[in-house]
Amino acid sequence: MTPTALEGVRILDFSHQIAGPYCTKVLADYGADVIKIERPPAGDPARGMGPFFKDEPHLEGSALFLHLNTNKQSVTLNLKTALGRELALKLAAQVDIVVENFRPGVMERLGLGYEALRAVNPKVILTSISNFGQSGPYRDLRASELTLYAMGGPMNITGNRAYEPLKLGGNVVQYHAGGIAAFATMLALELVETGGEGGQIDISIYETQAGFRDRRVIYLTAHAYTGDIGRRPETGIRPGVGVRPCLDGYVNIHATGKGKLQSFLRMIGRDDLVADPRVATAMVLLQHPDLAEEIEASYLGWLMQTTKRDAAAIAQQHKLLAAPINTISDVLSDPAFRARGAFEVIDHPRTGPATYTGRPFVMYETPRLPARRAPLVGEHTVEILRDKLGYAEEEIGKLGMMGIV
Amino acid sequence: MNRLPLEGIRVVDVTVVWAGPHCTQLLAEWGAEVIRVEPLLHIQPSTRGAEQQVTQEMVDRNADSRIPLYSYPNRIVGPRTFNRSAAFNSHARNKRSMTCDVTTPEGLEVFRRLIAVSDVFVENNVPETIEKAAIRYEDLVPYNPRLIMLRMPAYGLSGPFKNYRSFGTHMEGMTGHHHLRSYPNLDPSMTGDAFTADAAGGVMGALAVMMALRHRRRTGKGQLIELAQAENFMAYLGEIVLDTSMNARNWPSQGNQHPTHAPHNVYPCAGEDRWITIDVATDGEWTALRGVIGDPDWTREARFADQLSRWQHHAELDTLLADWTCDKEPFALWRRLTAAGVTAGPVQNEQDAYACPQLDDRGFFEELDHPEFGAFRYPGLNLRMSQVPNHLRRYPVRLGEDNDYLYREILGLSEDERAELERQGHIAMDYPTAPVVAE
Repeated sequence: MTPTALEGVRILDFSHQIAGPYCTKVLADYGADVIKIERPPAGDPARGMGPFFKDEPHLEGSALFLHLNTNKQSVTLNLKTALGRELALKLAAQVDIVVENFRPGVMERLGLGYEALRAVNPKVILTSISNFGQSGPYRDLRASELTLYAMGGPMNITGNRAYEPLKLGGNVVQYHAGGIAAFATMLALELVETGGEGGQIDISIYETQAGFRDRRVIYLTAHAYTGDIGRRPETGIRPGVGVRPCLDGYVNIHATGKGKLQSFLRMIGRDDLVADPRVATAMVLLQHPDLAEEIEASYLGWLMQTTKRDAAAIAQQHKLLAAPINTISDVLSDPAFRARGAFEVIDHPRTGPATYTGRPFVMYETPRLPARRAPLVGEHTVEILRDKLGYAEEEIGKLGMMGIV
Repeated sequence: MNRLPLEGIRVVDVTVVWAGPHCTQLLAEWGAEVIRVEPLLHIQPSTRGAEQQVTQEMVDRNADSRIPLYSYPNRIVGPRTFNRSAAFNSHARNKRSMTCDVTTPEGLEVFRRLIAVSDVFVENNVPETIEKAAIRYEDLVPYNPRLIMLRMPAYGLSGPFKNYRSFGTHMEGMTGHHHLRSYPNLDPSMTGDAFTADAAGGVMGALAVMMALRHRRRTGKGQLIELAQAENFMAYLGEIVLDTSMNARNWPSQGNQHPTHAPHNVYPCAGEDRWITIDVATDGEWTALRGVIGDPDWTREARFADQLSRWQHHAELDTLLADWTCDKEPFALWRRLTAAGVTAGPVQNEQDAYACPQLDDRGFFEELDHPEFGAFRYPGLNLRMSQVPNHLRRYPVRLGEDNDYLYREILGLSEDERAELERQGHIAMDYPTAPVVAE
């Protein structure tokens, strides 16, 4: 049997909503054994966030929860009771990694802070994810997907100068922090497995945005170099560059770089202009606005007879950077992604079979196995307490009646 | 005391533009010896600047555009402009650079010798470029059976999009992100670019390398990793993909709208291009916001009475709220809102970030002193580990800076061999005067 990359890695997961669960999802998807602790009775708040199957709010029908919790096992545990805490510590003693994304200080208040965990598990790695980090004057401030992008990331340069700045889609900022947390967790595991010490990882979502490769670090460095402050782009025609309407939607083609404008002119059927010195470069063309307008008119004429998928394919044949502006439905129905196995169909008792995004990367020696669906709330409570902690089923029943599990 | 986790790991880096360099940046920050192998005979566009040979005239002409591809220290391109680009220097710290053109027979020979003494090879080129150069995994594994190779093409190593040329903005279009984040009432040509897939690819590529290193430590086996950047990024939109699939509906452009929160938008403030974000998720937060506004009549109207009504009337609500925010200083307003229990945050520009007390307290920006243009403060580490206090170590690497170390110490080439490679145009710290631009 082919081993998985994270075979034998055990994780106790106190995280909820998005950033923490994405961290443990990617680790679980590549083979780590993840026990997710949920608050009884409603579990992870993501179960209540939707979007929901058939738009009916239901603990087992949230697309957000179902996507983020594949390959995990769910145990419900009331951490505010002494016995609940004791069970959590017993489980923590048996794992390599603990992940949490409570507000800073909550794990300590629950008696599950790094020192308490280390007392039962000297090599433990605690991965903590929070809005602003575990220290500093902003530590306890409120924040969300929207406000963290605004404060940390490149929102000031995202969108159009004539309008308000734009956020990114969905919950991308929190996912990205989760990915960085997974990388950090693996760094810590590398140390521990080669004889080093455990410790606490401190992921600040705000800092993951301040260090965001999507433009922010470049504009920050540019500011240090020049004092410049970034601006959103203006509406305006850059010859042969940017998003344009076409027959069935929009397409983004970039005729940038040496000789690309000439390839572009051939593509749109303006071979007559290829040798014209006025189109030598985009900079030169901008000094001839009448010609730039004429080329734009020819371009739009060509686009109006071409679908977005075809326009991108033809541009690529001319070695131009290009892609259609797809909707999410376009992506799901595109045979190219399907054929590569970019999606995965996972069955679930509430939703039936549904299409999920698949693997972020393919490991040829340690392939990711087909995903197990996200757990029902508390689905593995009995199994874990019995098998990992040695409780008899009737004892577990009593814990249930006491509201502990 | 712990060492850096990747100490002793050598990474060969043939990366371009943004995503690949971000991956190797993260590996270098945590101790790997990352060696950029850079050609002198072929220019890689958008890598060491928009072009290698950016002129002072181009920089001066673009001074008002504030395009960071034309940002150079104190706006001076200097004699070696390719060592000064903000876009390159924002990731190139802690890395090493050797010059070698792998598309020539003698360059390929040098490259194979480097692979033989390395652990990991990371690249993010168009797949056919790597095939032409004969540096695929199967080409190199004979020289290093334990090799881990991470390939990060836009759409993978197979399928009709395999050799599609893309920047991040194109993957955004292909995966649906551009459409999703567009202004709801404007066409998507007004949206402007984002490059989120690049950032995502860099981080998840570094994660994949960590997983492969673990497997190799346990079994002795290296492997090929294929990270199709578009597919990787789709997982960041996973709940929307799943909702589209299981509810058979299409998502219109969302802009700053939230599926359930209202108000949830970016509101104008006093000053040039100053804005504040406000995110109200619950009735309690709405009550708190009303308190800060001073409870005027409009906030008590029935159409704003509960979360669902507010969401249904979010456009009117946004207009009224913008009228209230537009004459206020954003940071003072944020303090008032957050003290009252309203989730909010000013849109911070680059200057705000450098002045931020939180980033300052946590030591986010770090100074690096570059031998050609001096000291500047750079964005620092995006993660912290209590067990390993860590800092930026070395200034952004100059072209060919480590040629001597690599060709002599690591590869053990004789003086004659090095002289020959120098004569053939491989070893230098400058580009030739008339370089060839790569496609």
